[in-house]
Amino acid sequence: MTATAPEQEHAPPLEEPADEDLSLMLAIRAFELKLLELFGQGMLNGTTHTCLGQEYIPVALRPLLRPDDHVFSNHRGHGHYLARFEDPEGLLAEIMGRRGAVCGGVGGSQHIRRDRFLSTGVQGESLPVACGVALHLKRAEPGALACVHIGDGTFGEGGVYEALNLAALWRLPLLVVVENNGIAQTTPTSAAMAGTVAGRAAAFGIAHAFTDEVDLAVIRRRLAPGIAAVRQGRPLVVEFATHRLGPHSKGDDTRPAEVVERAREADWYRRYAAACPDPFARLDAAARTYIDEVARDVAGREPS
Amino acid sequence: MRVAENLNAALHTALENDPGLHLLGEDVLDPYGGAFGVTRGLSTRFPDRVLTTPISENAVTGVAAGLALAGDAAVVEIMFGDFATLAFDQLVNFAAKSVSMYGSRVPMRMVVRCPVGGGRGYGPTHSQSPQKHFIGVPHLALYEVSPFRDNAEVFAEMLAREEPCVLFEDKVLYTRAMDEVEPPFTLERDGGVARVGLTDEPDCVIVAGGGVAHRVLRAMRDLLLEEEIVCTLLVPSRLYPVELDLPPARHVFVVEEGTAGGTWGAEVAHVVHRRHWRQLAGPVTLIHSADSVIPTAPHLEREVLVGASAVRRVIRETLRG
Repeated sequence: MTATAPEQEHAPPLEEPADEDLSLMLAIRAFELKLLELFGQGMLNGTTHTCLGQEYIPVALRPLLRPDDHVFSNHRGHGHYLARFEDPEGLLAEIMGRRGAVCGGVGGSQHIRRDRFLSTGVQGESLPVACGVALHLKRAEPGALACVHIGDGTFGEGGVYEALNLAALWRLPLLVVVENNGIAQTTPTSAAMAGTVAGRAAAFGIAHAFTDEVDLAVIRRRLAPGIAAVRQGRPLVVEFATHRLGPHSKGDDTRPAEVVERAREADWYRRYAAACPDPFARLDAAARTYIDEVARDVAGREPS
Repeated sequence: MRVAENLNAALHTALENDPGLHLLGEDVLDPYGGAFGVTRGLSTRFPDRVLTTPISENAVTGVAAGLALAGDAAVVEIMFGDFATLAFDQLVNFAAKSVSMYGSRVPMRMVVRCPVGGGRGYGPTHSQSPQKHFIGVPHLALYEVSPFRDNAEVFAEMLAREEPCVLFEDKVLYTRAMDEVEPPFTLERDGGVARVGLTDEPDCVIVAGGGVAHRVLRAMRDLLLEEEIVCTLLVPSRLYPVELDLPPARHVFVVEEGTAGGTWGAEVAHVVHRRHWRQLAGPVTLIHSADSVIPTAPHLEREVLVGASAVRRVIRETLRG
């Protein structure tokens, strides 16, 4: 199974995004690029996993989720957090261990909790937990759902299947968002997954929706009915065929140059830049300036 | 009342008192009520909150953590404690860590019940005492069912901790009576620690989990009658974190059914050494099962598991030389 690259030459033109959506995607992009820059300067402790190339996914999902929904994020979760809270300060402070850190600097990049958002760093661990939360929601707050972001690599973990089984058996309001970027650290999906994500969802009688679009409007229209059904207790696996532009963490990108180049060609950033150059350039400059200011501010703060 | 009935009554009480409490496990529904009958009657009385699960210890423990995260509480029954290894990631990397890894305290009210121990011929993968594998995990508290402490009290205490707990239940206890101590020994309780003995100034103190208490009492009786050695037995309900106040004694023993190496006794000994070193005649003596898998055949199983005779022999040799 490999993520399908969009057929650019035949791709329909992108619908003009709302400024708010475009700004948010650009802020996430600027944030991740800033992290790489800070890392290069030795300003970050440990490591970091950026979501470069995948920023549009949580932004596309944003209006489909409600404030009372729970979101479970993973090791590549900065975009998920920023799409929910638009709080680059709190996140950067967490990653840098500075005052204002959203989890006091204890959790760092991949262990964040705020209100109904939670990320964990172990693959496949959050799906069973999300089932427990979904069980609670089904009884105590019907209509709310638990959304879990996982990657294609996560499908190597047995907990995924235990959880999918429970979700189907107990008719849980569980939305599984698979960000299939075609690679797990350095291992291509074709070397790690027999069969398909769709086939695995089908094995449990769970609905599966697929999209390789980056157009927010198209994605939202396609996913809205399925996500509404999740709220009625019909779990759903949404598979985004997407692209990881950067390395897994730092300095571990072993892909051939042409594969990375194909990912760059499919990047939402290029496509939106071409589709709507006027707001894009303006909003991109504003996002970069904003993130630069946030980084300057946070880096100058005392430890958390 | 037998220990299994006391546990069952405790679960009834806990589910009755806490409308957010759930119980999950394999085969826990009536009329079966769990592999050892401990959950009998619960699914009939609380059908919405007592859930039978697939054979998925990992996910079920994760579900419990999710319920806890959402403000509910959960008790998970692992059919045999040996299978708790399948839930290790959820317990250690998620449930326990969540209490503090997000920077502010997150209450995680959940209990994982683990029937453990041998003596019933279930063989190497259904007879272990895996307590030692869970020691030393921040925010993971370990308890062991004792025939000398009401389990309703134990559940109330565990859930009030607001952090995940594992409750080890030695299977040989299920059919034993609660609170039964034969004369001349008497039973006293000090919070979560039961004290069984004769006098305030014993020759030695034995610290043991509830599962081996009866074996230790047999040894104590023989030591008293045959050697005039007076022992006091302490049975802490909570195994970890270790918190023990010992009566004055020059010799201390720790007895457990777990096999040799990295034992609970070693952890207890460390605490005792730090607190009572000056009063001791020598280091704490550890008495446990052999460094071996637990065989199925009864004659082989007896050779491996700690029993009354080993307890008696080690104590006599240590005190009398």
